[in-house]
Amino acid sequence: MAGIEVTSLHKKYPDGTVAVDHVDLSIGDGELFVMLGPSGCGKTTTLRAMAGLERQTSGDIRIGRTLVNDLPPAERDIAMVFQFYALYPHLRTRDNLAFPLRAEGKPEKEVRERVAEVARMMQLERLLDRKPQRLSGGEQQRVALARALVRRPQAFLMDEPLTNLDAELRADVRTEIKHLQAELGTTMVYVTHDQVEGMSLGHRIAILNKGRVEQVGTPLEVYDRPASLFCAAFIGSPPMNLIEVQVAEGALRGAGGLVLAPPDGLPRDRSLVAGVRPEALEVTAPGADRTVPARVVSAEALGDEIIYVVDHGGDSDVRVRMPPTARFAAEEQVGLRHAGGTPPVYDTSTEELVA
Amino acid sequence: MAITIDEAVPVSATHDAPPERRRGGRGRMVVEVVLLTALAVAMLFPVLWMLETSIKENRDVYAVPAKFFGFDLTLAHYKDVFVAPGGGRSDLSGSFLNSVIVAGASTVLATVLGVPAAWAYSRFSMKAKKDQLFFILSTRFMPPVVVVIPIFLMYRSLGLIDSKLGLVLIYAAFNVPFTIWMMKGFVDEVPAEYEDAAMLDGYTRLQAFHKFTLPLLVPGIAATAVFALIFSWNEFVFAIFLTSSQEVRTAPPAIAGLIGGTTVDWGLVAASAVVFALPVLVFAYLVRKHLVAGVTLGAVRR
Repeated sequence: MAGIEVTSLHKKYPDGTVAVDHVDLSIGDGELFVMLGPSGCGKTTTLRAMAGLERQTSGDIRIGRTLVNDLPPAERDIAMVFQFYALYPHLRTRDNLAFPLRAEGKPEKEVRERVAEVARMMQLERLLDRKPQRLSGGEQQRVALARALVRRPQAFLMDEPLTNLDAELRADVRTEIKHLQAELGTTMVYVTHDQVEGMSLGHRIAILNKGRVEQVGTPLEVYDRPASLFCAAFIGSPPMNLIEVQVAEGALRGAGGLVLAPPDGLPRDRSLVAGVRPEALEVTAPGADRTVPARVVSAEALGDEIIYVVDHGGDSDVRVRMPPTARFAAEEQVGLRHAGGTPPVYDTSTEELVA
Repeated sequence: MAITIDEAVPVSATHDAPPERRRGGRGRMVVEVVLLTALAVAMLFPVLWMLETSIKENRDVYAVPAKFFGFDLTLAHYKDVFVAPGGGRSDLSGSFLNSVIVAGASTVLATVLGVPAAWAYSRFSMKAKKDQLFFILSTRFMPPVVVVIPIFLMYRSLGLIDSKLGLVLIYAAFNVPFTIWMMKGFVDEVPAEYEDAAMLDGYTRLQAFHKFTLPLLVPGIAATAVFALIFSWNEFVFAIFLTSSQEVRTAPPAIAGLIGGTTVDWGLVAASAVVFALPVLVFAYLVRKHLVAGVTLGAVRR
């Protein structure tokens, strides 16, 4: 087991695109670390650089205490799970699992024992004699995980391993991965563009955008105080309401008369945006205490909750998350009130958190 | 009474409609079949005439009016293709052998150069990749005959005129761009993750390509090679300009050379044309599935 240190990692492709722009990451020993971001944000390139499949333009990567910049992938003592599983199509499950061990030149007796052990752990015994094309997507992914496990590497690198599974199976395998990681205590770096996957799996999450790290933090930190407007818009479904505000009379005041509690240490004379989660707002009967008048634009009943899109006379409509017991129809006149704590506030010019 | 009439009207209407539609369908089908048959006859007549002429006795070949049926059969023309009048190998058979050597060697060369290039273009990011690929493709934009004089002059200074090597090189030069483009499509279809996984298992990138990607490319390589082979086999312009001696000449100019004397032995021309057409037909038949795969590649999203 080992942590992974990435220092000032930079990757520029020959065609001039900068995929990773001086990224620093420090992944702890035994940590499940998620790299989250939209496609093209550099998360996969960073992971492939860790694996040794891409050579970085500059910067250092350490796995454990070893500087691995010049080591080929096989000598980095890591295992990787791919989006398309990459099971060798001409080999049965048994031989696919044994392949990395045989490539290392392990004695056949040990190979057989370790394959049997990992097959038991991942419940693959009845699939051992099948070839990949006779396995379902979920089974293929379990075999791919098992093939990574069988090497007992210092770290696992996972490149969007659940993308090709259907939704139901995805949740199952997600739980399985989390459980497995907790049980083995292995360092795991997990790349995904799916925020639900990132939030539910990660001990810590790094949010990447355009080759840069926007924020690193626990899922709750990332959710409660996104470090930039990008993170604020990326995390959460529906995302944060970004409301332009002014500081006046000891409160944040948005267009339409919405009043929010001000955080400490707000800079003066800058244009500010407050990030308000949909659940920090409330739709009430019109004229209720501390509300501003508003109109329901649309209501999306999702079963466990209702998302109201509300026009309160501000610059843009806001989204409000309400329990399914709420009963407001579209076009109904209602009241809107802020019911949460102090919201994070961003500077519109730097797009970064200021308080 | 009124009720039965009312009922009868829609009933008769529904009875009328389908036959009308059927008649329309049948009429259309008849027109289609007639047109297609006419087209097929027009297209296939030269082939049929070639086959007939190649097995007709000479007096039937020159008979006026021409004999479609009831001519005397002979295989003498086929014998003439391979055996010289005085015994021994004929000149034509030598040309066929040259064709086999030149087409085979140029196809192998184009495949050996083109497949790794296609792999590299598919897998690696490089400067101005699209421009490079466009440049490669652009060499196929012009008709080859445009460059035949410059090539002739270059070959003369290089001493490649009237040599099999010269033909092999020029055919390979035309086939490499084609091979790169067609193979790139096939390589794109093979997930790069196979190679990544193999590299994590301790193989070098080239070993990974050789051991895991290459076997999955075999159908694509077969289809591409057949296209390249057909091009080299059929090529006429360069063959006639760049070769002159009997020892080097390939079959297309050799067969064309049979026509143009004071008398033309049409039986021999037809027989050699049949012999010339057969290998390509056989190859195309053997890889017909892959040919379709090659032609329709990329038409369907995975």
